[in-house]
Amino acid sequence: MEKKLTSRWMNLGLQSLSILAALLFTTVVLLLSGAPPLQAYRQLIIGMVGSLDNVSNILVAWMPLLITTAGLLVTFAAGLWNIGIEGQITLGAVFTTWVLRSLQDSPMPAGIILALAILAGMLGGALWASLAGVLKTFGGVNEIFGGLGLNFVASALVLWLIYGPWRRPGVASLSGTVAFPERLSLPTLPNMSISLWSLLLGAISVAIIYILLRGTYIGLKLKAIGKNIRAAYILGVRTWQYMMLSFAVCGLFAGLAGAIQVTAVFHRLLPYITSGYGYLGLLVAMLANYQAILIAPITLFYAGLNIGGIQLPIALKLDSSLSGVLQGVLVLFVLLGEGVRQRFTRRA
Amino acid sequence: MNFDLVIIGLAGVLVTAAPVVFAAIGETFAERSGVINLSVNGTIVLAAMVGFAVAVNTNSLILGYLSGMIVGAVIAWIVAFSSITLHQSQVAVGFVLTLTTLNLAYFLGNPYTSVQGPTLPSLPIPLLSQIPVLGALFFRADLMTYLSYVLIIGAWVWVFKTRPGLILQGIGERPAAAFVRGADVNRMRYIYTVLGGALVGLAGPVYSLGVKAGWKGTISGLDGIGWIALAITIFGGWNPIRAAFGAYLFALLQWLSLVVQPALPAIPGQVLQVAPFPLMILTLLLVNISDAEWVDRTLAALPERTRRIIARLLRAMHASPPASLGMPFEKE
Repeated sequence: MEKKLTSRWMNLGLQSLSILAALLFTTVVLLLSGAPPLQAYRQLIIGMVGSLDNVSNILVAWMPLLITTAGLLVTFAAGLWNIGIEGQITLGAVFTTWVLRSLQDSPMPAGIILALAILAGMLGGALWASLAGVLKTFGGVNEIFGGLGLNFVASALVLWLIYGPWRRPGVASLSGTVAFPERLSLPTLPNMSISLWSLLLGAISVAIIYILLRGTYIGLKLKAIGKNIRAAYILGVRTWQYMMLSFAVCGLFAGLAGAIQVTAVFHRLLPYITSGYGYLGLLVAMLANYQAILIAPITLFYAGLNIGGIQLPIALKLDSSLSGVLQGVLVLFVLLGEGVRQRFTRRA
Repeated sequence: MNFDLVIIGLAGVLVTAAPVVFAAIGETFAERSGVINLSVNGTIVLAAMVGFAVAVNTNSLILGYLSGMIVGAVIAWIVAFSSITLHQSQVAVGFVLTLTTLNLAYFLGNPYTSVQGPTLPSLPIPLLSQIPVLGALFFRADLMTYLSYVLIIGAWVWVFKTRPGLILQGIGERPAAAFVRGADVNRMRYIYTVLGGALVGLAGPVYSLGVKAGWKGTISGLDGIGWIALAITIFGGWNPIRAAFGAYLFALLQWLSLVVQPALPAIPGQVLQVAPFPLMILTLLLVNISDAEWVDRTLAALPERTRRIIARLLRAMHASPPASLGMPFEKE
């Protein structure tokens, strides 16, 4: 009992140390760049909570990141590194845009068009993820490299669409396709950018993933594969089918995130439609130690850093990538702290 | 297009491929020893930025190259320390590092965007550069390109023809056996990972002081090179010469996409530039596919002659990773 208590304190201590180390590192980086660190942190916080608009923008960024991370927990459960997640978000956005474009002049009610568009987005994400899955299970191509290649292909597809068949009348440019009419956006709260619908979709996604991984046989089998694929196979788990399933499920959520980027954030298709949430989601999943219960607060904080970072170039002429540095070193030091803890407990 | 232009273009391919050659061979060393350094993509970008900034401030190309190597070595050391000493997942740490170093490069590199800096001059080798065709192709480049030729041969000799190279293969394939025969597995892994990281880091300034001199932030064209280098390491079957061949193949494709661009005005340039990536997937597929069970079954159903031809082709393409790649070694 006492030992358990000390290890718990040690855990907490190491985690605080990791966070402190991450802040220290970021401070050194700021000093190196000749920027006043306290000023920079102050502006970062102002960028997060300085106005209602900023808070609302954080909530807007939170949902796609949260949904993406939720999906990633499924592939992580099966021991898969779904780096192709960026492409899966992209394809979700492409499919959603496609349906919106085809139906925007039809007499159908806007609600139905939106629902169809979002479903199409989910399908698009799942299809792209399945492609990485097929390469992995039937082609022996490591999902990291297959997924990565597919990411680049997906972004090329978007560029081709924006400059080609979907180009806006007049000059095609990196600012994307023509914006959709307002009735084809998820309805937002009055005077704010956040939509209750996207919050609802986020909450449902996390709930589904939590239940799937904690309370179902599917979740159990996925975890068995993740822990030891040979043992799972010998015990009768149909390994390749479940791996394909986990890719497809993750893709569904990534596609949903892409659909939200189109219908609730940008209202058009852009070259960088994912906002990097796929890669960021991988970081968050690691930081949360792959626990569904932890991803909501962490993604909220990370979305906050993303939005807060926008203030840096405005106020201090610094690059907003400082947020990315902080997001990364936090995970790095927490991983290192975890390694130190394991070393100690093994010796004890 | 006339013949001379083609030769000049191909010579350019050898120059632009040099960063990928350095990175892929560096990664080959690390992975041969059993450690995956997934941070390559971010490492190259950060090393390119640091190398350029140092060269601008000191007006010394040598210090620029050295600083890039140090950046790569330090990042590789973090990967080695967290995986060998702290037993954390190499993939996780490498991936975190690749994103963090990328952001770090963009943040710290901000003041150096579009600054004028020193550039590695071209250095035709006397006599050799006068050989018809071959001279123009190989010997009118710059020092770093020549160094990349030397590295390809040197690395191959080291891995396959020397005693330390034999031990290197051993610690990646069967670390326990190598340990019993007196090899300090973990120490060797540290050395090769850090050394490989330094080569990966060198790729950065080779780019930012030579191939495409300067620093332009997110549009430097560097982001993605590291991922290609990682894929080429696999495509190369952890063999330096085969890896170099892969690097040249990809550079050739990128050059070809530039050449055919004017003929296809409907396709934006950015689309053609990603052409190597589907090809990367395809080559990885060819390298790995003979591991899949359904391939054996399908082959067995084919007529004897076809079966034998396809099987031989697959075997020639096939490459398997060092058996203990990514796995920690613990002496009992």
